Amino acid sequence: MAGTGTAHLRDSDDVLLRIEDLTVEFHTSAGIVHAVSGISLDVREGETLGLVGESGCGKSTTGRAIMQLPPPTGGRVLFEGTDLAAIDGQQLREVRTRLQFIFQDPISSLNPRRKVKDIVAEPLRIWKRGTEEDRKARVREVLDAVGLDPDVAADKRPHQFSGGQCQRISIARSLVLDPKLVICDEPVSALDVSVQAQILNLLEDMKARYGLTLIFIAHDLAVVKNISDRVAVMYLGKICEVGNPDDLYATPAHPYTAALLRSIPVPDPTVAMVQSGLLQGDLPSPIDPPAGCRFRTRCPLAQERCAVEEPQIRAIADDHYVACHFPIVGDSAPAAATPVAVGSAAP
Amino acid sequence: MTEPRTARRVLTASPGREGPLLEVDDFRTHFDTADGMVKAVDGVSFSLERGKTLGIVGESGSGKTVLARSIMGLLIGSNVIRTGSASYNGDELVGATQSSLRALWGTEMAMVFQDPMTSLNPVMKIGRQITEGLRYHLDIPKDEAQQQALQLLDSVGIPDAKRRISQYPHELSGGMRQRVTIAIALACGPKLLFADEPTTALDVTVQAQILNLLNQQQQERHMAMVLVTHDLGVVAGRTDEIAVMYAGQIVEKAPTATLFAHVRMPYTEALLKSIPKLEQPSHTRLQIIGGRPPDLINPPPGCRFAPRCPYAQPKCHSEPPPLQEAETPGHVYRCWFPVGTAAGREALERNLAHHVPAAEAAVTGNAALAEKVELVTELADASGGGD
Repeated sequence: MAGTGTAHLRDSDDVLLRIEDLTVEFHTSAGIVHAVSGISLDVREGETLGLVGESGCGKSTTGRAIMQLPPPTGGRVLFEGTDLAAIDGQQLREVRTRLQFIFQDPISSLNPRRKVKDIVAEPLRIWKRGTEEDRKARVREVLDAVGLDPDVAADKRPHQFSGGQCQRISIARSLVLDPKLVICDEPVSALDVSVQAQILNLLEDMKARYGLTLIFIAHDLAVVKNISDRVAVMYLGKICEVGNPDDLYATPAHPYTAALLRSIPVPDPTVAMVQSGLLQGDLPSPIDPPAGCRFRTRCPLAQERCAVEEPQIRAIADDHYVACHFPIVGDSAPAAATPVAVGSAAP
Repeated sequence: MTEPRTARRVLTASPGREGPLLEVDDFRTHFDTADGMVKAVDGVSFSLERGKTLGIVGESGSGKTVLARSIMGLLIGSNVIRTGSASYNGDELVGATQSSLRALWGTEMAMVFQDPMTSLNPVMKIGRQITEGLRYHLDIPKDEAQQQALQLLDSVGIPDAKRRISQYPHELSGGMRQRVTIAIALACGPKLLFADEPTTALDVTVQAQILNLLNQQQQERHMAMVLVTHDLGVVAGRTDEIAVMYAGQIVEKAPTATLFAHVRMPYTEALLKSIPKLEQPSHTRLQIIGGRPPDLINPPPGCRFAPRCPYAQPKCHSEPPPLQEAETPGHVYRCWFPVGTAAGREALERNLAHHVPAAEAAVTGNAALAEKVELVTELADASGGGD
């Protein structure tokens, strides 16, 4: 898994965000944590990019690095053509008005002492947008858009709302400055399933209404498939596979994606439980990640080559890219230790 | 993989008895709080045979965790009021003394908790945490207990058990820690295991490993299991029977295959339809349940799901539906206008014709409408229920 390389990047004019060779490292007493190691991604205008992976794969770090929270250790983040890593101070703050973030825990991301109308109006006040009256009208409009009655909600404080309602308030706050790109970091994982569906549908509606582009970060593959136009699967700071969700889920080419999909319990008792082909062991330490392909220590298909040479991302089908020396093609399951011929599906 | 000796020892020690292993009848657990009586579990009945698995499914606040802990007698406090009956192998658990419960814990029934970090003692080596139960409950000498701990760690799939046994919990990954808590729970050979969201804190690939481990151990030991979870996917492939809980009550209970094939309760149907599924194409519009669960101090007077239910009729808001039998044996549900019947279809059509928000939100998936349902729910709460 490796995933360096830029074969999956697109060169069209409507690319809103382009990340090149993004690296994030944290210096700790135990050593350098390689959280994100040279990933490249792009998002077109109006598209939803899903970033999916297990804990510790670097998906949230990637989202934060785009916002320069904190700035990445290396690589470029091009938003509307500007390299965010190269600007700072006032310039960066101005860019961030068009780049918003929704956090996982809706309750702790809202100030408990403030009224909802003040929380939602704060970005407008900071940027001195319009008159006081304009701001009030704008707050009412976004509250209404996210399904909260402005007359009821505006004067309440966050503790008077449920988790799902708090997430609606967070969404309203992120929309109030009319952003281009909204990064949603696990926006539904703290919510119950019945509320999760409300928020997913709401994000789709808001995307259509305000012409948003989304980066949707989550660990739940089914949720990511539901909302995304393009999905990138991450493992230990690298990208394994990128593609359109319907193809990627139907014919996963990376052994990790395949194993991940097989592990998901299906809410249907007629589907037999999977006992074989499951991943064994745990995620290696990001302080000392395996050389070569980072997935090789748990990969059922790993060969000698995987230990010495890091696979580069390459196309294996139309809009389907994989970083693996021995990708799964056709219906061959990765349970057997006989890898498919190298490069048989390379373009 | 050898079966630990403890399991055999206990099995021969307590002779089998006819009838279900666990029988719960009209079981209630209420909490006396400053705001009023919280009816967390309110009239739950079920029985569980030896070696079988019951899944208890529900959202946060449905009472599923309180139910499991209360049956085991883990909720202590002067404000906990338990009534009804829960009998284990013929012994009544409600009202039993702490010392008689202590004789059952570990050897007869055990629990695996959700968060493996907080359920392990951070300053005790894992070997000692396993042998503690063996030494206390079964009075096994130290050396022998240590040997059994090694076997247990082996049997729950912990590689290099000899080294791990003298490590502390923080030196293990989340999945490994959960394997250790399972080893502790299984140490004294219980015949009933409560697993309370055992995989919720874990990643999906590790979740699959742990669920398989639980299943395998259960089969080897002929142990009954109550699997508590919010995830219908987790229970679908791994239980014999499923009970769906809502607002402190069982609203539908059926053999697993029947529940998924012939849903009767609108809440179960709504839960199933609101989950994004892998086989659906991307951007499939999800069905949604409007509103949120009711206040458990003053639950709605009729059906507790009625304020959010797409099928609800005036009768539902005033008369609580009893648990009634469906065609399949063992399938019960709590609804006046069940899904998949003529009465249910007519009720839904009537609601759609009258633009009832709960019905429209469910059918169109309109997220803004879902909040209107919530307002209706709040109004119903404020006026003491009914609308």
